[in-house]
Amino acid sequence: MVHAILALLVCQLVGEVLVRAAGIPIPGPVVGTLLLLLALAALREVPDPMNAVAGAVLSHLSLLFVPAGVGIMLHVARIRAEWVPLLAALLVSTLLTMAVTALVFFWVMRRMNLHEPERQP
Amino acid sequence: MNDSPTHADNLDLLWVYLQQEPLLWLTATLAAYAFGHWLHRAAGSSPLVNSIAVAIALLVAVLVLSGTSYATYFEGAQFVHFLLGPATVLLAVPLYRNFNRVRRLLVPMLAALLVGSVTAVVSAVVVAAALGASTETLFSLAPKSATTPIAMGIAEEIGGLPSLTAALVIITGIIGAMAVTPLLNTLRVTDWAARGFAVGVASHGIGAARAFQVNQLAGTFAGIAMALNALLTAVLVPLLVGWL
Repeated sequence: MVHAILALLVCQLVGEVLVRAAGIPIPGPVVGTLLLLLALAALREVPDPMNAVAGAVLSHLSLLFVPAGVGIMLHVARIRAEWVPLLAALLVSTLLTMAVTALVFFWVMRRMNLHEPERQP
Repeated sequence: MNDSPTHADNLDLLWVYLQQEPLLWLTATLAAYAFGHWLHRAAGSSPLVNSIAVAIALLVAVLVLSGTSYATYFEGAQFVHFLLGPATVLLAVPLYRNFNRVRRLLVPMLAALLVGSVTAVVSAVVVAAALGASTETLFSLAPKSATTPIAMGIAEEIGGLPSLTAALVIITGIIGAMAVTPLLNTLRVTDWAARGFAVGVASHGIGAARAFQVNQLAGTFAGIAMALNALLTAVLVPLLVGWL
């Protein structure tokens, strides 16, 4: 378990250092993801402790967004003043984006015959 | 009478201690989330009872009622917030496990990404502008489908308010997490990869969190979508804002 956590932190740290050194506008953790992916590809398997950490963290990923979300309390006045355009824009845009993205993905996938019929929800 | 002042003093000292230490608000964050999760389960895992929304509402209420500032709260909550970085790195695990499927679906992914990313920015700005939102609000709104740190950076660059953007990003995530299942069922999009990718483009990590609760493959594609859309939004928004 210690090794898995160490590996995650090292990947993130190297990622943060790389993006700053190169001055590229990519978040450090995203580069860290690529580094870990390369490491797993080199190992040719996911070590059990890493699997355990992934299972525990990814099933409760939502928790990690709570502290940033509480920051909404700083903008109560503006949200109250502009709630109609904000709510309408967020609702319309989020639903439209999901619909359009899913339909384009699904349509291209079927045109290219990449569909896996047994994988349906 | 002689007992109560010392008692009150003790309570004061206790409150001072709790305000200075990160323990209280760290515990409160986990407790609020645990309650949100319990409520979500109690409602039959309905996507309409969102554990993040419940936790945020509860914490904001407690902070406002106790007169606690967000800065004080964040002293404790930062330990949870910090884990976003390592958790992002951890997305490599499902990505590695599903790598062949991801590579096979590269073309549909990129096509959907391009269309979805443009739709996310343009539709939000057009609707808000039509309903009379201020320029500052529009700039804060434009990057709302990108993940929080990227979206805040974009907002700063184009003249929005980064902390307002953070709030709008979270609300976008919650809307997507609540709506994805009923919406894509209605549209009859039955493929887990397509469903996950869509919620990741529209609703970043919160969408991915929801997707992981439902299906591993959907979560994997949502994670990829979140990363790709963060990058594309960072390029697109400054370009599109230059036009508007």
